[in-house]
Amino acid sequence: MKYLDEFSNPELAKRLIDQIHAVTTRPWAMMEVCGGQTHSIIRHGIDQLLPEGVEMIHGPGCPVCVTPLEIIDKALEIAKRPDVIFCSFGDMLRVPGSSQDLFQIKSEGGDVRVVYSPLDALKLARANPDKQVVFFGIGFETTAPANAMTVYQAQRLGMKNFSLLVSHVLVPPAIAAIMESPTCRVQAFLAAGHVCSVMGTQEYPPLADKYKVPIVVTGFEPLDILEGIRRTVVQLEQGRHELENAYPRAVRDEGNLPAKKMLLDVFEPTDRTWRGIGMIPQSGWKLSEKYRDFDAEERFSVTDMHTDESPLCRSGEVLQGLIKPHECAAFGKQCTPRNPLGATMVSSEGACAAYYAYRRLELVETT
Amino acid sequence: MTDAMSLNGTGNSTGQGASPGGAEPLDFEGWVCPMPLRDSPTIVMGHGGGGAMSGELIDHLFLPAFGDAAAAGDLPDAAVVNVGGGTRLAFSTDSFVVKPMFFPGGSVGELAVNGTINDLAMVGAMPLYLSTAFILSEGTAMSDLGRVANAVGAAARAAGVKLVTGDTKVVDSSSGDGVYINTAGIGVLRDDVDIRPTRASVGDAVLISGDIGLHGVAVMSCREGLEFGTTIESDTAALHGLVEAMIATGADIHVLRDPTRGGVSATLNEIARASAVGMDLVEQHLPIPQMVKDACGLLGLDPLQVANEGKLLAIVPAESADEVLEAMRRHPLGAGAQRIGTCVDEHRGMVVARTGLGGTRVIDLPIGEQLPRIC
Repeated sequence: MKYLDEFSNPELAKRLIDQIHAVTTRPWAMMEVCGGQTHSIIRHGIDQLLPEGVEMIHGPGCPVCVTPLEIIDKALEIAKRPDVIFCSFGDMLRVPGSSQDLFQIKSEGGDVRVVYSPLDALKLARANPDKQVVFFGIGFETTAPANAMTVYQAQRLGMKNFSLLVSHVLVPPAIAAIMESPTCRVQAFLAAGHVCSVMGTQEYPPLADKYKVPIVVTGFEPLDILEGIRRTVVQLEQGRHELENAYPRAVRDEGNLPAKKMLLDVFEPTDRTWRGIGMIPQSGWKLSEKYRDFDAEERFSVTDMHTDESPLCRSGEVLQGLIKPHECAAFGKQCTPRNPLGATMVSSEGACAAYYAYRRLELVETT
Repeated sequence: MTDAMSLNGTGNSTGQGASPGGAEPLDFEGWVCPMPLRDSPTIVMGHGGGGAMSGELIDHLFLPAFGDAAAAGDLPDAAVVNVGGGTRLAFSTDSFVVKPMFFPGGSVGELAVNGTINDLAMVGAMPLYLSTAFILSEGTAMSDLGRVANAVGAAARAAGVKLVTGDTKVVDSSSGDGVYINTAGIGVLRDDVDIRPTRASVGDAVLISGDIGLHGVAVMSCREGLEFGTTIESDTAALHGLVEAMIATGADIHVLRDPTRGGVSATLNEIARASAVGMDLVEQHLPIPQMVKDACGLLGLDPLQVANEGKLLAIVPAESADEVLEAMRRHPLGAGAQRIGTCVDEHRGMVVARTGLGGTRVIDLPIGEQLPRIC
């Protein structure tokens, strides 16, 4: 694919790796924010090729992983209803709630469907006027514009049988929360390229300044990630802490202006609980007053449901970079992708699942 | 139909993807639950996935219920049975429930014939006879059934097997959806052939007969809600001719498997576990067509976990590798054959790939079918 394979070229990668080795004089710990980057790093074995002491901490950037159990339970409750067609992105289906998952709901007669775009859910709503169609709208700023567009269109079409179960989360408040943590070890961030392609880069210089951390907007292919790491190390070595855009082919400083306009119209900031981390103030989006009629939580009266997370699971510490996945006592024992205790073991972008899938070799050999 | 046949149709205790059409990725209707609850009071999609859940169903429900009526062992895709007079027969059954019924390059009809033939071919048997049982839902268009039946006939003719017995049932439209086919097959084994998943040994070469991921991507490309433009067609094919050509080299072929459900990844993991060897693959040697890479990149899937319907993996002694590879390449169905790795003494039971950048990664057994990622 054009603009994809070019960014996996082994010779160019080798050159970047050499450059990273050449500029590194001491240990550094940096966090890649996005789960897609975590997946790519582990998938290509990039962290094995970095200088001794340059450590990648895997951040809370997998939307499936950080969606709180409580929202999952609300989704299950709604999906159970006989008048509902419940639509979701594929990988949310594998996430177990407190006692069931969406597959179980389906086997008991619930109408649960996977769609690839929220607009497909809207199509389903138009085709099934006697049903309530609900879309599970999760994700970071990346997936939000499509969800916003769907709600916007639903309103424009005057649709009464479509609603959105919203659990959107935002990157900048998460970066702030990580830096505010007293045990924080993160010295720099690779910012999530696709989030910035929507939102632009303007939210990040104040964070770089306040917390004295380099922030480098980074893409997802091996060369993108290596270039992001290289620039981050150069800043750290030089004692700088600036925003840099290492993903200019996708990210403009101002972001995607029509998308941002749509987001401002449809959503408004709200406090949001992150699975494994807890509540982060103003770290999410909910539907704005104007579109509140499309809020599935209100429509199906599940706003009062509350659920606690598993006490064994240390995913919160993993998500904050305090421990590596295999340092959790439950890793690979009570907690596996088949039987996950925490959300980081669920999605293939989750740090624990990525370790389990790609790193079990070295972990097995040391135990 | 015997219990043993329907048992195999639910998936296999070895977790192998024996039902090529049994569970295709990416349409929730046909999906295997990838993350099911262990103590499920009802059957969920994952129980038919050929993975861990199917295994549990067999170990904890079917086998105890069958008791000593079940043959010893693990009820493999194709059983080898002695029938006296020194004759060894291979016997296999498989059910095909693929959706959509027609896809680029084929239909459930070709899959039903080729899938069972391939199960027989993977123990080195020459397939002779097939049964075909159709389960039809009311309302199915006669013209669709006609197309599928034609495909069954054409595939059997092309493969040189006879359709010798059959059955037809109709279920009401709430009980089924379209055309389901069960086929069972019988083949004979040559005296000198001993091909089993447990025979891989350290030093053996790992070969593949051609491009990876074609069938899965072809089916996905026409699934409701996921349609994308591609010229990729399913690779569905009967592989017994290719196997015959490989056996004719005189090499002592240790293992053959067709990487159907769960793809190359699942199949190699199962062989590595069954034989207690490690496997080292070289990622750059894996024949993955650009369009498969692109489609998988778009959907967030791993090409190694995508189903194939006309490919085989062979584990052969290192000294025979070149000769077998040559024989494969001379056959039309093996023209793209490659050596992709080696069986090693390290990390036994696991498959590890050297990445293009020089790192390593574990190639894991998929939990179930892959789901498209959110982003």
